[in-house]
Amino acid sequence: MTTAILKQPAKPTVAPKPNRSFVHGLITNKKALVGMIVMLVFIALALLAPVLFPGDPSRITAMASLEPSPEHWLGTTAKGQDVLALTVHASRSSLFVGLTVGFASTFIGILVGLASAYFGKFIDEALSLVTNVFLLLPGLPLLVILAAFLPPGLGTVILVLVVTGWAGSARVLRSQALSIRSKDFVAAAVVSGERAGRIMFREILPNMASIVMSTLLACVIYGIGAQAGLEFLGLGDVSTVSWGNNLFWAGNEGALLTGSWWVFVPSGVCIALVAFALALINYAVDEVTNPRLRKIKTPKITERSAAK
Amino acid sequence: MRFILRRLGFYLIAFWASITLNFLLPRFMPGDPVSRMFARTQGKMQPEQIDALRKLLGVDDRPLWEQYIDYLHNIVTGNMGISISRFPAPVTEVIAAQIGWTLLLGGTALVIAAVVGNLLGILAAWRRGGAIDSALPPVLIFIGSFPYFWLAMGALYLFGVILGWSPLRHAFTDGLEPAFTWEFIGDVGAHLVLPALTIVLVSIGGWMLGMRNTMIATNSEDYITMAEAKGLRPGRIMFRYAARNAMLPSVTSFGMSLGFVVGGAMLTEVVFAYPGVGYQLLNAVQGLDYPLMQGLFLTITGAVLLANFLVDILYVRLDPRVRSN
Repeated sequence: MTTAILKQPAKPTVAPKPNRSFVHGLITNKKALVGMIVMLVFIALALLAPVLFPGDPSRITAMASLEPSPEHWLGTTAKGQDVLALTVHASRSSLFVGLTVGFASTFIGILVGLASAYFGKFIDEALSLVTNVFLLLPGLPLLVILAAFLPPGLGTVILVLVVTGWAGSARVLRSQALSIRSKDFVAAAVVSGERAGRIMFREILPNMASIVMSTLLACVIYGIGAQAGLEFLGLGDVSTVSWGNNLFWAGNEGALLTGSWWVFVPSGVCIALVAFALALINYAVDEVTNPRLRKIKTPKITERSAAK
Repeated sequence: MRFILRRLGFYLIAFWASITLNFLLPRFMPGDPVSRMFARTQGKMQPEQIDALRKLLGVDDRPLWEQYIDYLHNIVTGNMGISISRFPAPVTEVIAAQIGWTLLLGGTALVIAAVVGNLLGILAAWRRGGAIDSALPPVLIFIGSFPYFWLAMGALYLFGVILGWSPLRHAFTDGLEPAFTWEFIGDVGAHLVLPALTIVLVSIGGWMLGMRNTMIATNSEDYITMAEAKGLRPGRIMFRYAARNAMLPSVTSFGMSLGFVVGGAMLTEVVFAYPGVGYQLLNAVQGLDYPLMQGLFLTITGAVLLANFLVDILYVRLDPRVRSN
């Protein structure tokens, strides 16, 4: 990490770590840097919310529908809640759900993709069929009926989002795993009698790191957006404070028609900023790992480590 | 032909899976859903509605397989039960009245976004590092990061409430009789602009970037170099050689993104109170209208599957490699 920040490309006196060029590329990539800074700001806000705005953010503290002022930087809602406190506190639930959904979906995707690629034949057929069915089922209507029939709550929201979100990552990871499965070093591992689990997770998986990372980011983006959509329809847990619920209440209280733009703008902008930051990191990962998409600049000396 | 049949079989399986999900969900909910639901809807329901709900939720003492066969038979014959919020209209009738508007809104937005987005992608890839390539993608990615419905809210607020340029809600002015007159069609168009525009704005970035990246890969192929060496006009190479081959992934993603656009269109409808299936779905959710929710889910799923099948047929026409094996 520390050597990567140096301007000079490190002399290959020491054998570089396999992922060093990837990390180095990511840190020197403008897109990734902007994305990571935005994400860090939001994560800090989420962690510090109880310190910055102690107490229950949805309590009524002032007159209703006040415009932004020095007392209330983002004004108040039609109920008289402080919009800034609501928005900052909402980042906790939204980021938590987004990250949980992202990791869970990616994990399922990895399992399905690896199993498909390693075992092939019937297992691959069956898993691919299930994946493709889930891919085709339109997400939002499925979200709605699942959320409507399950008992309301945070667990339900997460479960529903994972059920609708894992298939996309499974498909991408499967095709990548398949191409690695056909490489010689995997065949060598099979011949030398390594166990299936070891081959899948120690031989194939490490070579998919960048794809796993970009599917993870895509899944988090999906989780945050879909949670907002679900809650906007009033199908989330209405009592929690999250960006989607803020927008649901804004719509319910007619913020649009009364002209209270400050009630619905902040939450939407936050969702967009987080999604945009994650998308930027994702594109950077793409650029770093896919030489074709790289900017054509002055030739840089990057030692492509010969990591197989 | 074999390819088409295989795909058809797959779509039938997918549809069967969604029917089965619809059947099992209410019957396998944790806790005692039926009594909970009755408690929640107490005083709002007629005895006939309660009966309809009982039937739907499988509160009968017959064995499961018998209920299931009954259910399948009902779906095949187009009987999706009775709507609760619009009692006593059958679910199919309620949906039939709404689906046209969704097709109009979603279809318009999807076609515009796909055509314009792909064209922009072709141009961006053709002039790597040019104005289009460097300026548009970041802007479009940023716009695409906003939730559909939030962008719709913003547009409604700005152009509808503040500027008063566009109508605030519904698909046509209240009191206007639907008819094939210029007045009515113009009115529908005026109500369509804003919702469609928000969907286009959110989804166009994905099309553009997807096309750009496949085009970049295609541009490094030998036959492009050959075409250039032969001295063909750049426009011809761009569209007839490069774009034509780079289109294929775009066609596939057209089918894939249908479901996504349907979801986006539904949320947009909610914001604009546009009388399509999305708006209806919200009403169903608020009115605890489970039969209507399930019917909408099945209808939308069926439509998306059908559209995908049509895309597959088109794909066979476009890509001879599918036909060969």
